[in-house]
Amino acid sequence: MTALLEAHNLTKVFGGGLLSRRRNVALDNISLVISGDRPSIISIAGESGSGKTTLARLLLGISQPTSGQVLYRGKDLKRLSREEWKAFRREVQAIFQDPFEAFNPFYKVDNVLNTPIVKFRLARSRSERRELVGKVLDMVGLRPEETLGRYPHQLSGGQRQRVMVARALLLNPKILLADEPVSMVDASLRATILGTLLKLSREMGISLVYVTHDLTTAYQVAETILVLYQGSVVEVGDVEKVIRNSQHPYTRLLVGSIPLPNPKLKWGTEAIETERTGGRSGVGGGCKYAGRCPLVMPACHEQLPPLYRTDSRRATACFLYKESPAVEGVELMSSLSQGEQASHKNG
Amino acid sequence: MNSDILQVKDLHVHYDTYSGVVKAVGGVDFSVRAGEKLGLVGESGCGKSSTVLALLRMIKPPGRIVAGQVLLDGVDLLRLSDEEMRLARFAAISLIPQGAMNSLNPVMRIREQMADTMRAHNGGRPKRELQDRVRELLQWVGLSDWVANMFPHELSGGMKQRVCIAMAISLKPKVVIADEPTSALDVVVQRRVMHTLERVQQELGASVILAGHDMGLMAQFVDRLGVMYAGLLVELGATEGVFEEPLHPYARLLIDTLPSLDRKGDFKGIPGVAPSLLSLPPGCAFQPRCPHAFDRCSVDEPAWQEARPGRWVACHLWTEGRG
Ligand SMILES: Nc1ncnc2c1ncn2[C@@H]1O[C@H](COP(=O)(O)OP(=O)(O)OP(=O)(O)O)[C@@H](O)[C@H]1O
Ligand SMILES: Nc1ncnc2c1ncn2[C@@H]1O[C@H](COP(=O)(O)OP(=O)(O)OP(=O)(O)O)[C@@H](O)[C@H]1O
Ligand SMILES: [Mg+2]
Ligand SMILES: [Mg+2]
Repeated sequence: MTALLEAHNLTKVFGGGLLSRRRNVALDNISLVISGDRPSIISIAGESGSGKTTLARLLLGISQPTSGQVLYRGKDLKRLSREEWKAFRREVQAIFQDPFEAFNPFYKVDNVLNTPIVKFRLARSRSERRELVGKVLDMVGLRPEETLGRYPHQLSGGQRQRVMVARALLLNPKILLADEPVSMVDASLRATILGTLLKLSREMGISLVYVTHDLTTAYQVAETILVLYQGSVVEVGDVEKVIRNSQHPYTRLLVGSIPLPNPKLKWGTEAIETERTGGRSGVGGGCKYAGRCPLVMPACHEQLPPLYRTDSRRATACFLYKESPAVEGVELMSSLSQGEQASHKNG
Repeated sequence: MNSDILQVKDLHVHYDTYSGVVKAVGGVDFSVRAGEKLGLVGESGCGKSSTVLALLRMIKPPGRIVAGQVLLDGVDLLRLSDEEMRLARFAAISLIPQGAMNSLNPVMRIREQMADTMRAHNGGRPKRELQDRVRELLQWVGLSDWVANMFPHELSGGMKQRVCIAMAISLKPKVVIADEPTSALDVVVQRRVMHTLERVQQELGASVILAGHDMGLMAQFVDRLGVMYAGLLVELGATEGVFEEPLHPYARLLIDTLPSLDRKGDFKGIPGVAPSLLSLPPGCAFQPRCPHAFDRCSVDEPAWQEARPGRWVACHLWTEGRG
């Protein structure tokens, strides 16, 4: 059966022309499979600059991969007919990271919600439109009288972000790609919005791609998590395994840096390595994390570790696990997308 | 003995909109001790940014500060002339605004932006001196010299955020306010940025006000925590105490519904939504969502009172002595 959306070995390089100072490999051989035959939730995590948004933009066809391909219902995005492209644009919706950018400062926020209603003819009358807008605003905990009629700068950051979630909900997509959809809202509201997304996912069969660096919520909503570091996957698999029992030293650092809501369990005060300063290594060098890794071995500087399948539902790109069989990205992601029979039954 | 460096008294901030007056800050009282870290936490739209912007008189129309006092070392900032206030900003009290790292000037090198801030306050200092100071400041926040030559887009989010911290401390203020300084950063960088802020604060002996919604960050960083709801402070106390035994029902729910790695698939936000700041319900603003509400709650607004030593709360459960 063909999957709804697939990414095969995506690589994206910025710069690299004769005049550019350095090649920036933003994404390095990444694969992803969203089967679409059941609502799945996959989370993409990783530090700032690790390539999360780049991956999201490739999946949406907003930007083209340097190599590799994105397939929608088995067909390369580049080969879609106009009709197919239109269907794709409706079935795959996105909520972007910086909600302010998505707003035109000169239009009231109503415009953001009305545009898709008009474009996709979602309502037949004014009153139907008002009702629809009211419904989606309600889903994200906003009141029409406090939201509509205002300019973007008159809303708080979290309010703007929720307007964008409401907008995506209008369109009833099959896949919702959410790039940091809740980074600016508080925990309670975050739970409410993610709860809404989760409910929609289950009830309406929407698959979610949840891009975030909030590992706590990633853990809570997702089944599968993909941890990126400088454009490469360092660890991928069932969220339960990856977060609760992390293998890659980078994943461990990430999980260890979660600020626990408990004043008695303080963050370690051990020195955290300083900001990466130099350029990034190119394709084919050693492990990208080698320079920061406390467990670095000579082999790490020589070649990029492949993904080692350490158990049936997880793989880690680290030589510490070289006893396990190496696995190829597309194959691994396809098998993970098949769901994990009965082991994931939450809610 | 009074070691309070900043006292905020009955602060009110309103925004005039087409639909009416938004009471973004509806009478807030708190003080900040010398050298302490105070957190202001609350849900989106509860008035955190409006509160901290008001402390520096940076509320823009249609907003206005309607009433209150902001005493910094006993001097009411709200009564200073515009010029006096301009000089006090950065030098005495400074702000790292929400989204600061995105508001760096994209066509100006970091060096120039930092020098600009300092020049605006100290007039014509020799260029050399300014450059040295820029280097020193960058070093202070853990950035290398070369960052000075960069444009904002050439830096990562964490680096930009540290540039903003460096600018905020460039004139050694007594109070540094950070509004959601890390909400766009990943956990590792966030931890690094917060360590930077903490170190700088200690070296300067400054006080810090951290506004945000991340309870985890608050637990890790601040000494005392104020919880805001619908434009008001509802609880304030030592961080450990508030987490251990929140006195206000809203604070309790906020803490009980925190997502954690132990509670999977448990998506309980606090039921209901925050009231409209255009028309607050009568009595206590939280009463419509409060599991403990009783008659009086929908009639009288609860007073802000010290329920226990150092523990402030606005709730009738405590007025009544029922808690
Ligand atoms: N249009 C572009 N031109 C050049 N480089 C780019 C462009 N977009 C992204 N990059 C680079 O690609 C890398 C990955 O960036 P990306 O925005 O995907 O990161 P991210 O994981 O989304 O980070 P964040 O958590 O900060 O949003 C970065 O080094 C970035 O500088
Ligand atoms: N310029 C403005 N005009 C009208 N209303 C405004 C304006 N700025 C803020 N508000 C309103 O004032 C209230 C408080 O906003 P504020 O930005 O202080 O909240 P916040 O607690 O900082 O929220 P967030 O966590 O989302 O940043 C919100 O209801 C907001 O919509
Ligand atoms: Mg991004
Ligand atoms: Mg704010």
